[in-house]
Amino acid sequence: MIAIGLEGSANKIGVGIISHPSPNKPPVVLANLRHTFISPPGEGFLPKDTAIHHRAWVVRLIKQSVRQAGVKIKDIDVICYTKGPGMGPPLQSVALAARTLSILWNKPLVGVNHCVGHIEMGRAITHATNPVVLYVSGGNTQVIAYSQNRYRIFGETMDIAIGNCIDRFARTLMIPNDPFPGYNVEQYAKRGSILVDLPYTVKGMDVSFSGILAAADLLAGQIGEDIPEKKRLRSEEGELVTKEDLCFSLQETIFAMLVEITERAMAHVGTAQVLVVGGVGSNERLQEMMALMARDRGGSGFATDERFCIDNGIMIAHAGLLEYQTGVTTKLEDSTCTQRFRTDEVFVGWRDD
Amino acid sequence: MASESADPLPHAPESQYTHTLPLPFTNSDLAVLTQGAEALVYRTTFLTPHTPCVLKYRPPKPYRHPILDKRLTKARLLAEARVLVKCRREGVKVPAVLGGDWEMGWLVLEWIEGRTVRKVLDEWVHRLGLRARDGRDVVDLADEVVQRDEGEMRRLLGLMGRVGRAVGRLHEVGVCHGDLTTSNLMVRPPGDLQEPGPERTEDDLEGEIVLIDFGLATQTIHEEDRAVDLYVLERAFAATHPAAEHLFQEVLRVYGESFKGAKVVLKRLADVRLRGRKRTMIG
Repeated sequence: MIAIGLEGSANKIGVGIISHPSPNKPPVVLANLRHTFISPPGEGFLPKDTAIHHRAWVVRLIKQSVRQAGVKIKDIDVICYTKGPGMGPPLQSVALAARTLSILWNKPLVGVNHCVGHIEMGRAITHATNPVVLYVSGGNTQVIAYSQNRYRIFGETMDIAIGNCIDRFARTLMIPNDPFPGYNVEQYAKRGSILVDLPYTVKGMDVSFSGILAAADLLAGQIGEDIPEKKRLRSEEGELVTKEDLCFSLQETIFAMLVEITERAMAHVGTAQVLVVGGVGSNERLQEMMALMARDRGGSGFATDERFCIDNGIMIAHAGLLEYQTGVTTKLEDSTCTQRFRTDEVFVGWRDD
Repeated sequence: MASESADPLPHAPESQYTHTLPLPFTNSDLAVLTQGAEALVYRTTFLTPHTPCVLKYRPPKPYRHPILDKRLTKARLLAEARVLVKCRREGVKVPAVLGGDWEMGWLVLEWIEGRTVRKVLDEWVHRLGLRARDGRDVVDLADEVVQRDEGEMRRLLGLMGRVGRAVGRLHEVGVCHGDLTTSNLMVRPPGDLQEPGPERTEDDLEGEIVLIDFGLATQTIHEEDRAVDLYVLERAFAATHPAAEHLFQEVLRVYGESFKGAKVVLKRLADVRLRGRKRTMIG
């Protein structure tokens, strides 16, 4: 069976085509295209502008991916789209595109939970059977474990998402948003070495980033070139603290928090597998820390590369096709989208463990 | 050490617990009881070879920056020891602190006899499951159990009440646990009945509640922190079994009466429940 997936919950529009040859064979990626709306340094992406971007690109990407996949329209079984969670206007424009395709091609629709899309794609790529999942992106921070046909949320952020924290800190430091802010912060962090004190906020299984961002923003205000050198922030050894050091300190602190709550979930569930998904999951330092933790527990860490962990259409196609194969479709009149759609609301009918 | 053997295994499976214990325990041969997320817990003895005690060692975390790691280990170990001493002084049932070294990352604590509430609940759920063959709704089943086994249910609710009171007492003295799961609540068998007998299972719902694992505890009287404690406990109950949520109401009821200010915490708990992100908003 073949599915096309449309994703546009944030600033990426993605179109993917996947084939599930048979239940025992691994899925085949036929096409996986993406275009990103990039805002200027110091600015985030606004819902309205992002929706305009998606509307401008969606037809082009669909045509291109069908051509690249080498499939005929009649071979496509189902159209999958992101139902939520995400930003309203971008979600709406992509849902509209999906509905149009459904009428035009006369094919059924499946609305997919974005988070479940990430989890299923991660599992398919890494072959991790039943891992604790850390889902980290610009809009989500969750520690998830599967139990009785649901992906249950063990811990999550109580305020902003980790990617949002990083992105906004990048804006404070005027670090460019191209290709994406987290990537650039990661490159800065690689050159940093001084660890400055930042709050460390783990509450039970949950984490909080807003206070850390505020503290980091304050420190960033003390390193500017316009401040006399005597008054600038220095380390205990008296060295001047740089942007690179701040990026380094931010990453070390917030990633340690994530690894800590993930480890707690693993201890609780009793598994030694961990899978990192979502855009922030492409960060090599986070992957390294996860792998170190997992090895310490006698297990292993899994991660995917940027093709699959940054928002994409293929994961929506994959998760949608899994659901479609259990007989579920979304009727045209129900093909809405929603900004709030929790991971644990989805009935995972395609797993029976 | 074992004598020289013929050939070392070409791929000796790496032990799950590769940590070396800190001094003065480095050369002792202790078995790991549990590997929590934070600490390795061993059973050893204190003063006499017949007095069991718990050694709690926080090994350095390889993933954490060494400075951050030292800062967190020291702060958490000291906080844990201080909180335990304070609870002891105020009469809250917790393990006594027998010794510790925050630079090396270890604490030695009193041994608590008994089983965790999680285990007690799991077994109760298991018994429930045995009667659930005809696949009826668990909540109905719970009701049925109430009717059929009034005695057992009453004792179970009694246990829940003691959990509520123990948590209330802890909060009253100005401590929040920080990781209040059912695995961190022990049921200590009453008095001198500690020698295991065959009919012990009948009495396992009796006994006092002892709170353990204060690794994330804080000294605070904020209703927010107290409410988060209850929320974590509630989720632990919910994760055990849908029917166990019903029992949690009894925990909350007794908690609400356990100290002045408990009612406010229960109100706050309602807010905390709503706080999960991306929940469907109504209204």
